[in-house]
Amino acid sequence: MILTFIEIREGKIKKSSLETLSEAVRKARETQTTAEAVIVGPAPETAGAELGSVGAAKVHVLENPELAMISSQGFVRALEALVRETAPAAVFFPATAMGRDLAPRLAARLGVSLASDCTSVAVSGGRLVFIRPVFAGKARLTLALTAQPAIATLRPNVFPLEAGSGAAVEVVKKAVDIPAGAIRGRVVEILCESGAAIDVSEAEIVVSGGRAMKGPEGFTQLAELAALLPRASVGASRTAVDSGWIGHSHQVGQTGKTVSPNLYFAFGISGAIQHLAGMSSSKVIVAVNKDPEAPMFKVADYGIVGDLFAVIPALIAELKLHYS
Amino acid sequence: MNVVVFMKRVPDTESRIRIDREAKAVVEEGLNFIISPNDEYAIEEALRLREAKGGKVTAVSFGPEEAVPTLRKGLAMGADEAVLIKDDRKEAYDPLRVARALAAFVRAKAADADLLLFGRMSVGSDNASVPSMVAEILDLPQANVVTKLEIEGTQAVAHREIEGALEKIAFSLPAVVSAQKGLNEPRYETLKGIMAAKKKPVPVITLAELGLDAGAADSQIEILDLELPPAKAAGKIIPGTPEEAARELLRLLRTEAKAL
Repeated sequence: MILTFIEIREGKIKKSSLETLSEAVRKARETQTTAEAVIVGPAPETAGAELGSVGAAKVHVLENPELAMISSQGFVRALEALVRETAPAAVFFPATAMGRDLAPRLAARLGVSLASDCTSVAVSGGRLVFIRPVFAGKARLTLALTAQPAIATLRPNVFPLEAGSGAAVEVVKKAVDIPAGAIRGRVVEILCESGAAIDVSEAEIVVSGGRAMKGPEGFTQLAELAALLPRASVGASRTAVDSGWIGHSHQVGQTGKTVSPNLYFAFGISGAIQHLAGMSSSKVIVAVNKDPEAPMFKVADYGIVGDLFAVIPALIAELKLHYS
Repeated sequence: MNVVVFMKRVPDTESRIRIDREAKAVVEEGLNFIISPNDEYAIEEALRLREAKGGKVTAVSFGPEEAVPTLRKGLAMGADEAVLIKDDRKEAYDPLRVARALAAFVRAKAADADLLLFGRMSVGSDNASVPSMVAEILDLPQANVVTKLEIEGTQAVAHREIEGALEKIAFSLPAVVSAQKGLNEPRYETLKGIMAAKKKPVPVITLAELGLDAGAADSQIEILDLELPPAKAAGKIIPGTPEEAARELLRLLRTEAKAL
């Protein structure tokens, strides 16, 4: 059995968790086993239908009043109990902030290692083989885990959904024991960023700006462009962030976030290796730059050589006219 | 307040990586090595905590002897002590192996630590897993990807980045915290600091001295391949005035690339 941890935020199942479960379903099929899902703490009523529809054979819901608040110590105790009881061959987590908190802790608790932020999972000789970018995408590592369960986190926006491949499934609720004093750190508050914008790491389209944006006003224009595109978010190069034109949570690159959206716009980003490392796995890349020699053009699928401050308004006008 | 900061020696983020396919390893020759950038936020935070609350800062690195200069940079920034946990394996992709060694170090040599500080992720192996693993092995609470840290006695509150929001985590010390850009602005070493750091000893501890048996020190990761990502074919340059190019670009994105 392959078990997938399902992340709940604001009472809803995160899309990245459905992607992760979808990959678990495909790998379970290839290895003649089943995929099951686990929710820690309060589960939405639709869980059985939603997770069944992507192919889960069963949904476990682990309950304890202590799990109403997110805590890595409590969540990991709950997951450990289920893993010891059901002995899965592998446990998948989405490589989100929560998944990347829990997976290594669970692994260490079980005395096994893990594969982080995988972009591909294959089956070879009956075992799972994981491919993950290292050096922020400058190189690609293929590995197998020698101990069971194989624990892995899967990068959001990479694995396709198994849409409509199953019917609603059974939801099995189970009370788990959490000793008093076991939890000494909890999430006490979640503060949404202004406008509740989509994070660059989760966006399907990233509209990024670099040094040539010249200042914060340029990023206002990019935000206007992003607002016209579906599930889009604004990204930035390190120079733009270090200049204070936009917050560091928008930084893409080796010292920022690694993104793999369907579409990546690079406006005035020359394409330093540091930045390319963070976005070169994007499915379609568009470069707009005054300098025809900019390295960004070498990785771009489409390029426009020209003035940003003419091209951006033209894109905004065209989107307003024909695409909204 | 005693703080242990973990620092890793990594290839410069501006450098290109070359790979020895047969050895399944990065070619180190000609590479410039630096402190993993996120670790600088960790050491800066440790120094600020000591300045505010007293105590000492110990910088620890896991790796080959070549990591000593990394630790000297930590000393030059202001750490009181530095220790190298020596490991000569080329591949450092198994976070459990590293976490077990660091946790064993804390148990044996830094049991009085109030806070274990890391960078949120070392650039290179890109696991972002060692801090959480150390926290689990030592049964400590954790706050990862932290951009703000407030400590009052043995209670702490951290702001950390999650997707599109900030989480506030309240926890008790001792604890593990991993630092993210935004937490602070790392200081530069002073000349005086650099000179003083040169004179400080950097003791070297082996895994055997930490009581790690062969099993615990073994990697559970079998590396099958390490390669460069496939090169991309050249893209299309779209000509015309900004208006024409913008129109054509959106058309191609919709019809050809199916990205809109």
